[in-house]
Amino acid sequence: MKFASEFRDPKAAKALLAEIARVADKIGATKEKPIHIMEICGGHTHSIFRYGLDKLIHEGVEFIHGPGCPVCVLPRARVDECIEIAEREGVIFTTFGDAMRVPGSKKSLIQAKAEGADIRMVYSPLDALELARRNPEREVVFFGLGFETTTPSTALAIQQASREGLQNFSVFCNHITVPEPIKALLDDPHMCLDGFIGPGHVSMVIGIHPYDFIAEDYHKPIAVAGFEPLDLLQSVLMVLNQVAEGRAEVENQYARVVPEHGNPVSLAAIADVYERRPSFEWRGLGEIDASGLRIRPAYAAFDAEEKFGVGYAGVRTELKDPEGCACGAVMTGRMKPVDCPQFGRGCTPEMPLGALMVSSEGACAAYWQYGGARAREAAE
Amino acid sequence: MCLGIPGQIVAITDESRQMAMAEVSGVRREVSVACVADEGPLSGLIGQWALIHVGFAMSLIDEDEAAKTLEALHDLGEAQEALEQMAAGDAALAGE
Ligand code: SF4
Repeated sequence: MKFASEFRDPKAAKALLAEIARVADKIGATKEKPIHIMEICGGHTHSIFRYGLDKLIHEGVEFIHGPGCPVCVLPRARVDECIEIAEREGVIFTTFGDAMRVPGSKKSLIQAKAEGADIRMVYSPLDALELARRNPEREVVFFGLGFETTTPSTALAIQQASREGLQNFSVFCNHITVPEPIKALLDDPHMCLDGFIGPGHVSMVIGIHPYDFIAEDYHKPIAVAGFEPLDLLQSVLMVLNQVAEGRAEVENQYARVVPEHGNPVSLAAIADVYERRPSFEWRGLGEIDASGLRIRPAYAAFDAEEKFGVGYAGVRTELKDPEGCACGAVMTGRMKPVDCPQFGRGCTPEMPLGALMVSSEGACAAYWQYGGARAREAAE
Repeated sequence: MCLGIPGQIVAITDESRQMAMAEVSGVRREVSVACVADEGPLSGLIGQWALIHVGFAMSLIDEDEAAKTLEALHDLGEAQEALEQMAAGDAALAGE
């Protein structure tokens, strides 16, 4: 297969950047009084930094990095609970690799593994299912983590386990949803967002209508976008045009992958297996109503919270963020990563203090990796 | 974990469980096609490209879109990461 480069065509990018500049000028966006556009998805954050779009774009357009990186919003208490389960006798604890280095209050999963817990990185919940089939005498637990993009995969794995009557497979469900934290951000009186770039792959599952409230109730524009550079520039332009024309709508820039109504098989599996929790804790954002999913009673046999009495089924501890860490302020766009007192000092990708430094989708790690010498010098 | 990677479906491995073999950047991996299967026989999927997320084909895409997406993923370092995670999954099954 041949690579097709036209999507990064510098001519097309230039034309888009020029058009963005024209519309930004027209609506009076300046460096001092910029228009704030939040990219919700961590994949978009990574792309923006990788291609330097934040520097190429008109100075009156500022990107605010949203809460859409699942490991970045994972509270330390959840990591502690994973370790608590993993260290039980007879357990094989399986997880996506992304979660391995997220710091808990005492250690990360990778440290727990080094100390002897049987923790295995898997690519898919189907790998965990296969481990359960092959190890009937062991209890295999999968750490269900992520937004609507990964939620169907654990739902389908649980349905499959149920059909097979597997007794030794369960999911520690920490799935979260995108629309609710956006609503929480919009309700925050300190927020000054003018529009949104919506997550492409989440929308592939849920469609574009779950964002209707952003346009209808809050009168903010949103464009659901792919993660390639031209996709992102195009969606910024869509948002700016809406602002210029006084419109607030949900537009779909990524229609080649995102169907208006989402993926019916995935949505049916999610609805069958999961129900909303009354509220769920987000790192940096606190408890958000109806923002997390739990396993329905009909599938309780596959619920690690029930099996092990941890998480929302156990005693819950509130854990403060470590001293001097500004993850919450960075996550809500109130502070830039470089302004965190720990950035590059107590917190680097090698020795992360906060989760935003762990994943390539986290704003702090992206600043560190692509902000270049400037970001690192600022830390010295 | 969230971006997914394009793969080409090359064979159906288990009709009842809706599993297929996909080729992702030269690596073969068994994936679920439950989310992209419609009424017709699964064999209709052979040769098609799909965006694969954590072991599930989530959306059918055309070959051109697959090429562009792969290129962007290589650029972002995400393609390598996805392949490493697949290898890690194989290692986990082998008992590591
Ligand atoms: S530099 Fe580290 S501690 Fe500071 S906000 Fe970023 S992740 Fe959190």
